[in-house]
Amino acid sequence: MKQTDSIVENVAFNLVKQAVVYLPDDVKASLRKAYAEETSEAGKTQLKTILDNLALAEKHEAPICQDTGTFVFYVKAGADFEGLDCVEEALTNATRKATFEVPLRPNAVHPFTQKNSGDNTGKGIPQVHWELVSGDSLELTVLAKGGGSENVSVLGMLNPSEGLQGLKRLVVDAVIKAGAQPCPPTILGVGVGGGADAALSLAKKALLKPLDEANEEAEIAGLEREILEAANMTGIGPMGLGGKTTVLGVHVDWAFRHPASFPVAVVFNCWAARRASAKINADGSVEYLTHKKRPR
Amino acid sequence: MATYRLKTPISEAQIRKLEVNDVVYLSGTVVTARDQAHRRAIELLQKGKALPVNLEGLAVFHCGPVMKKENDSWVAVAAGPTTSTRMEMVEDEFIKGSKVRVVIGKGGMGKRTSAAMVKYGAVYCAFTGGAAVLAAKAIKHVKGVEWLDLGMPEALWILEVDEFGPLVVAIDSCGRNLFLDVAKKVEANRQRIYRKLGFQP
Repeated sequence: MKQTDSIVENVAFNLVKQAVVYLPDDVKASLRKAYAEETSEAGKTQLKTILDNLALAEKHEAPICQDTGTFVFYVKAGADFEGLDCVEEALTNATRKATFEVPLRPNAVHPFTQKNSGDNTGKGIPQVHWELVSGDSLELTVLAKGGGSENVSVLGMLNPSEGLQGLKRLVVDAVIKAGAQPCPPTILGVGVGGGADAALSLAKKALLKPLDEANEEAEIAGLEREILEAANMTGIGPMGLGGKTTVLGVHVDWAFRHPASFPVAVVFNCWAARRASAKINADGSVEYLTHKKRPR
Repeated sequence: MATYRLKTPISEAQIRKLEVNDVVYLSGTVVTARDQAHRRAIELLQKGKALPVNLEGLAVFHCGPVMKKENDSWVAVAAGPTTSTRMEMVEDEFIKGSKVRVVIGKGGMGKRTSAAMVKYGAVYCAFTGGAAVLAAKAIKHVKGVEWLDLGMPEALWILEVDEFGPLVVAIDSCGRNLFLDVAKKVEANRQRIYRKLGFQP
């Protein structure tokens, strides 16, 4: 066992705990703004309860939501980082440890026997996405993804001639169909192009982007704003009880497509957008990127 | 909208007073049940058998909590609501058989449940999805657990709660359904959005 194994495991454990207990500052700020601006009475009550619950979770170091989600790790791996072959095992160990120590709800169920593994690990879970880059550091991000918001994900294999109009319509229809189910106000990840699987992956990964970070491509940023405005015209409101805050933010990412295919995927995150990142340097030092001031 | 503080067991008369948009803080006994527990309960009720806990006048909570054992007794760590629509196909039978008065969850329920609530005198209350610590702090004591073989999220957790809420009455016993009202408005807004974005009708 290499020394970096235990560092990766410790950092992954800390990230899981940070993610399920403390929301990133951008999400909290966005929820506070929504509370200040919401005009529907029932909607405002929901946002107030959400903010009260966030404060209580921090005070008691308890998970914000009882659905602590399934864990998706995004690894940006420097090719020269020592011990890459042991990273997945370290992530599995960290997930298991966090399940008992935080604690988390055991959320890994065998799809055929319905048996719960009891520790959030099993075949294919936690999920690990790799990106290989040059360098000798390792950047880890965890997304704790709840089931209610995952259940309303949509993939549309549009006719390319439907174009941008088709894309916008698919997203608006998905938001309306989802209604109260994904625990609005939500964040939308929209993946465009690639293939069916690539569109869904891009959409989910887009959820990692901070809400206060605008898209670097001006045209895409405009599309994001247009979709956000349309989604908030639906009137679904916080927890579906009516109001003007249905979506907090929209992130679009894309890839080139096949001439005959126009895949568009929409993945929702509930208001409890639980993500945390850290960078492990070659010398073993660790920088926490999303939760800088949090106790560990 | 009015605010009510109710204590279990709740009578039919108390339920008939509640209207949509009222806020309720509930004290007494609440029992969790979600997909698999509902299925098992209905199998028993249809055979004329009793449930392991008598739900008459109590509240059922669509919730799969995080619990931990401390010194041999269970403590609720996080206990927010789960999506209620998954129980829509069975809730009417469940209300009929168990005589439960309050159903607590998130996301709302449909016409079948609404009809059963009118017929048998029950309400559906929405608790803010994800507000799990707030819910857990209102749980004063875990009185027991049944059907733990279904796994922690699916078991029947029998909870003693104090001022559990705020719960928003979203389906009352007069047939009003806040979620269906919102859905109607949303449907009208869909056409406004389509026009704004320039879609062909």
